[in-house]
Amino acid sequence: MTFDYAQLVPLVPEIAVLALASILLLVDLWLKDDDKGKNHLIAVFGLVVVIGLTGLVGSEHREIVLNGSYIRDPMSDVLKIAILVISLLSFVYSRDYLRDRGMLVGEFYVLTLCAVLGMMVMVSANSFLTLYLGLELLALSLYALVAFDRDSPSGAEAAMKYFVLGALGSGLLLYGISMLYGASGSLELGPVARAVAWQGADNQVLVFGLVFVVIGIGFKFGAVPFHMWVPDTYQGAPNPVVLFLGSAPKIAAFALAFRLLVDGLGQLHGDWQGMLVILAVISLAVGNIVAIAQTNIKRMLAYSTISHVGFIFLGLLAGTVEGFAAAMFYAIVYALMAAGGFGLLVMMSRQGHEVERLDDLKGLNERDSWQAAMMALVMFSMAGVPPTVGFMAKLLVLDAVISIGFWWLALIAVFFSVIGAFYYLRVVKIIYFDQPEIAGPLVVGTGARFALSFNGLAILFLGIFPASLLAYCQAAFA
Amino acid sequence: MIELSDYLMLSGILFAISIAGIFINRKNLIVLLMCIELMLLAVNTNFIAFSHFLGDMAGQVFVFFILTVAAAEAAIGLAILVVLFRSRRTIDVEDLDALKG
Repeated sequence: MTFDYAQLVPLVPEIAVLALASILLLVDLWLKDDDKGKNHLIAVFGLVVVIGLTGLVGSEHREIVLNGSYIRDPMSDVLKIAILVISLLSFVYSRDYLRDRGMLVGEFYVLTLCAVLGMMVMVSANSFLTLYLGLELLALSLYALVAFDRDSPSGAEAAMKYFVLGALGSGLLLYGISMLYGASGSLELGPVARAVAWQGADNQVLVFGLVFVVIGIGFKFGAVPFHMWVPDTYQGAPNPVVLFLGSAPKIAAFALAFRLLVDGLGQLHGDWQGMLVILAVISLAVGNIVAIAQTNIKRMLAYSTISHVGFIFLGLLAGTVEGFAAAMFYAIVYALMAAGGFGLLVMMSRQGHEVERLDDLKGLNERDSWQAAMMALVMFSMAGVPPTVGFMAKLLVLDAVISIGFWWLALIAVFFSVIGAFYYLRVVKIIYFDQPEIAGPLVVGTGARFALSFNGLAILFLGIFPASLLAYCQAAFA
Repeated sequence: MIELSDYLMLSGILFAISIAGIFINRKNLIVLLMCIELMLLAVNTNFIAFSHFLGDMAGQVFVFFILTVAAAEAAIGLAILVVLFRSRRTIDVEDLDALKG
């Protein structure tokens, strides 16, 4: 049997990211300490090339290669481009922060690119094995990144908590996968789906495996009651790492949930729908209510993440084409908003001063009115105020939930969103109406300034013209 | 004759022990890392048993990948442990309480 090299064409973006990470690993060896900024240039330029390559190999057809373990379809194209763009933004935001702290080293970029590769593999996985390997590549890189600031005691503690709970989540997911393998006799999602359709929910082993898989997905998303790691990790990790950890992996987690629950276990929709309803409702409740009590903005945004995860689950559990498109739209939009919110925190953190209290944002408007406006846009969008994109995303998800007759679920979601609006708008109030504790204008690099402007304006643009992104999300499931 | 259900029982017990270890253990982080390894071994037992009784090799290939990933995971876990010990001078689970709210 000969290997057909044409099979590698759909994998070109992944190969390019791997090559980029390897090149950076090597180049870093020969760079002098003053030249470490070149790492950044190579990484940013490389990612732009990979975005182009992903667009080139993309098409509206689906291709399954490598003996059924790898799939390239319109959904994976859109998700990969979203992941790459968000990663690119987080590199640009983080540059000055890393340089000021002497952390602008090759390892940061290599680890981040490995995480990006892991996410891309997850998005394109068509078998349990590929999915698991992508997930672990992402998770292992993130554990190391959280502990990246070696002298920070809170960073080490956050990394340990993240590691233990992340490994627990992977273990539970894997246990579920082993049950699914036993019940269906295959690791590929296609044959698994056929076996499930044939056996149905009568097979106890299958339902047992499904429960563990849903718990594992809950851990990876950070849904309540599997959210214990989220606030601690966000609080303890360095700001650039939180920026990366809190944005792009949510898109990959959506892909993980979709591949497992829909591609593999679509026939058990009735079973996992109930579980996702519970996870979504308590995530919305706990996330929005506990966030109000936070004084640390990173912790507040962590609880806000948890509540947004509830919304992504709402779209998924609808089980309709509109629902999946809405959940996908929500995941991408949330990653964009999180990148903007954490990006501003990274930009404001100066040497020796980590911005993490809500009070640090006081009077931002007087210090830099453009950045303040962008941050206000991000907050309005997270709260779901029109005309920002957060409103459209919430509207689409609620629409999908109502169309399957779960109007009470939509009511609960709206109720908790209104509660959630309080703490987002409090940030806007702090930015515009409080006196600054630190006087003097904000010192920000050109790249980061441009990135935040792009980020804020993208939120506004997508809110006014949602079809520009939504069309791709809907085409992915058509 | 050892049935498939016996293997599943064994792996279920191993899995339960590891989960209990993670949640009950309040003293030592190294025990926590051992529990995580035990959990992955329980999964491996499951895969091998299913693979044998289904007559399908893919499950055993999966086990090799899990073993490799578990090695990498242990390396990273111990590295984080060393960083933690350097800054805290303790590896007690109860002392990990700086981050809360």
